[in-house]
Amino acid sequence: MAQRTLRRKIERFLWRKPRAITEPLVVRWTAIAITFTFIGLFLVLPLAAIFTQALASGLTAYFRSLWDTDTLSAIRLTLITAAVAVPVNLVFGVAASWAIAKFEFLGKSVLTTLIDLPFAVSPVISGTIYVLFFGLHGYLGPWLKAHNIEIVFAVPGIVLATVFVTFPFVARELIPLMQAQGTEEEEAALTLGAGGWQTFARVTLPNIKWGLIYGVILCNARAMGEFGAVSVISGHIRGLTNTMPLHVEILYNEYNFVGAFAVASLLTVVAMITLVLKSFAEWKFKEESVQAAEEVEGLPQ
Amino acid sequence: MKLVLKQPSILPGFGLTLGFSLTYLSLVVLIPLAGLFARTATLSWERFWHTVTDARLLAAYRLSFGASLAAACLNLFFGLIVAWVLVRYRFPGRRLLDALIDLPFALPTAVAGIALTALYTDTGWVGRWLALLNIKVAFAPLGVVVALTFIGLPFVVRTLQPVLEDLDPEIEEAAASLGAWRRHTLRRVVLPELWPVMLTGFALAFARALGEYGSIVFISGNMPMKTEIVPLLMVMKLEQYEYAEATAIAVAMLLISFTLLLIINLLQWWSGQRHAAVR
Amino acid sequence: MSIEALGISKHFGAFAALKDVSLRVETGELVALLGPSGSGKTTLLRIISGLEKADAGAGMVRLHGEDVTTKGVGYRRVGFVFQHYALFRHMTVFENIAFGLRVKRRSQRASRQQIREKVEQLLRLVQLEWLAGRYPAQLSGGQRQRIALARALAIEPQVLLLDEPFGALDAKTRQELRRWLRRLHAELHVTSVLVTHDQEEALEVADRVAIMNAGRMEQFGTPAEVFHHPANEFVMNFLGHVNVFHGRVEGGRAILGPMEIDYSGRPHATTVPARGLVRPYDLEIEHHPNGKPGFAATVCHINSAGPRVKIDLTAESGEAVHVELAHERFRALALEAGQQVFVVPREVNVFVDEGQG
Repeated sequence: MAQRTLRRKIERFLWRKPRAITEPLVVRWTAIAITFTFIGLFLVLPLAAIFTQALASGLTAYFRSLWDTDTLSAIRLTLITAAVAVPVNLVFGVAASWAIAKFEFLGKSVLTTLIDLPFAVSPVISGTIYVLFFGLHGYLGPWLKAHNIEIVFAVPGIVLATVFVTFPFVARELIPLMQAQGTEEEEAALTLGAGGWQTFARVTLPNIKWGLIYGVILCNARAMGEFGAVSVISGHIRGLTNTMPLHVEILYNEYNFVGAFAVASLLTVVAMITLVLKSFAEWKFKEESVQAAEEVEGLPQ
Repeated sequence: MKLVLKQPSILPGFGLTLGFSLTYLSLVVLIPLAGLFARTATLSWERFWHTVTDARLLAAYRLSFGASLAAACLNLFFGLIVAWVLVRYRFPGRRLLDALIDLPFALPTAVAGIALTALYTDTGWVGRWLALLNIKVAFAPLGVVVALTFIGLPFVVRTLQPVLEDLDPEIEEAAASLGAWRRHTLRRVVLPELWPVMLTGFALAFARALGEYGSIVFISGNMPMKTEIVPLLMVMKLEQYEYAEATAIAVAMLLISFTLLLIINLLQWWSGQRHAAVR
Repeated sequence: MSIEALGISKHFGAFAALKDVSLRVETGELVALLGPSGSGKTTLLRIISGLEKADAGAGMVRLHGEDVTTKGVGYRRVGFVFQHYALFRHMTVFENIAFGLRVKRRSQRASRQQIREKVEQLLRLVQLEWLAGRYPAQLSGGQRQRIALARALAIEPQVLLLDEPFGALDAKTRQELRRWLRRLHAELHVTSVLVTHDQEEALEVADRVAIMNAGRMEQFGTPAEVFHHPANEFVMNFLGHVNVFHGRVEGGRAILGPMEIDYSGRPHATTVPARGLVRPYDLEIEHHPNGKPGFAATVCHINSAGPRVKIDLTAESGEAVHVELAHERFRALALEAGQQVFVVPREVNVFVDEGQG
């Protein structure tokens, strides 16, 4: 008797769908076990490895390797890069999705596809195209040199490459959301006498808030972590053009494993904060999208 | 019929936002990319062909394609199981697992690279057990597969999840009510619905793997003819200021990526059509 | 405040949504634009509001005599109630209603206290005072509808425009809101235009009804006029169930399916195709011919649940005929399925094909 209630409890715990359309218990347990193993092996173990390696020589060594002038300047450069790339792409994302989601015009689908283009390009190519333009042997190289402007192997190049690889993040989250929300609320605001900016700031922006934050979080994570594109264009000058991921590489290649993993651990913390924020934003963002769908269908009476 | 460039609308800001978007898109993406193609055009056809079919590069293609394919296949198989488990079953830790899936998106590739290398060298937590079986992962082609599996892991899961959530349980119930065994229902009813999405996820993971650089340079060991990938050779050309050769390789890679992108779009369009027909 | 929309044409790409339509609404009137979907009624409403522009040079909109054709939607001060309400989902009911007052230029803006009083007064008007702090997602459809109306009224609009205001509501709520809107209009007397595809709604609520079809206005008149004197076949067909008898007119007679009646509208001998339209309650059932024109038919099905008895018959010539009878008459006749009877029309509207004969 007790065994049966226990079994029922387990069953209720495991089954969401009615009995007729789920798999036998053994299959389910096996699938769950595979999932845990796969994710454990590929995602959890690497995380654990990073922190173990970083702390291999103790806490003092860990903090000493972080409190290094080159490391600090790498952190500063990474923050600067993200601080430029994210806002620029945010403004672009909002502008592009306003034009695409709220208006009908010729070539709209082409534009939408072009926005996703940077995702289809290998990061190293993203860096290369700017080297070709601004590098010493590039189209604008000689002119830049004559005017003493440094882009390649300097901070502007790093920022440009980062802007390129993070280009689509905000726009691709906002376009479908704004399309789902339609234009009725904006029209209502206009009939009530609101101006263009008032309509955008008071009606549109609050409606897309979470989608926007979601896009910014992803954009920021990529901006701070980009390696390939930045590596091509930075020139790896210690203390000057090294971002955190590049600094990890340098330390690693110098066999300074504690230092490499210490910097890596900082980036990992950023990544984990990103995941937490993302989950939260996603949850809010879903509410926004669901509400948009309900408005259209005209739900509960 | 006259061509309508834009449907009239009373909402403001169309000119401003579209103008800004187009300018920014052109400056940041389109013109630099066009410059790449223009630069390749300075090469003669023979030189181009010679560059992109160099023996060392051919070995790199083989590794890049082979490892990407293997990783995408692994991700397809495990991704299906993971997505199914996350959508259909309830168990403790499910939300945590779900959030973790995106780790490869959030974790810088260089960090992933050194972490995986540390795990899979002969003295690493995993590597030392594999060494007993005489399997070498780090500094071998297998290491590239491992890194690419990590990188591509979210793609299949994240493309499958929403589709599984939307899958109407009535269809499965209908199959069950018609007397189908569960595994028949899965094979004949559920799997055909998922094929287009699985292919999309597969293609996304594959495309991403082909261009990946950051994580691989650490784990592969970069041995000529053995563990060099295509993006690495491109970077090497660039570092030797052989711009034309570098762009030739880049163009070859881009053409491959665009073809893949086209296939993905066609797949999505095709599955969209099928779904529209049913609903 | 009167509304005049004169000679309005509107194209969407190659599709002509409105073809030279004119509408004049008198001050204080409530006019319904009635028509099937795609008839252009919503487009006309949106052009009046300024949300849509008529084709260049094709049409003029005047509000109380002032030409506002080129003026923007903000200038026109129209209260527009959207089909799906378009309430601002992230604002409370209070904030929704206050929106129009708060976005005014500082010089014209009322004080906080005045705005609060105004919103409370509007909430009392729509009888939803207790919902001020709720969000739109927490309201029922009928409540959202009334809040949308209150929000539109907050800016003291010159005219009130309602796009399918009860379209997304269930039948019972529709009924209630319809009467409530009628009372509200009697109280406020704001010039109003309402778009609907529901003929019952239009006839019940409006002072005058404009019936639209395929981008044209078919008829414009009081509910009684359009119902009892339909200008054409479309109007009659759209305003309720009809039996259609296909046939022809010639030499002062109309031969329509199984029956033949006098038709004075066209005395010439030429034959012209025509149709006779008869409402189900304008058909009488007799056991035997009584000398009036009519036709023999067989009773197929009787449905006596409802205010009137609905009877399906088949004419000798094979056409299906629907008749509605009062319950007393039905009992007096003692009809049963399968019975042979004689059907006599009281009133037939004959429509002759134009441009022929």
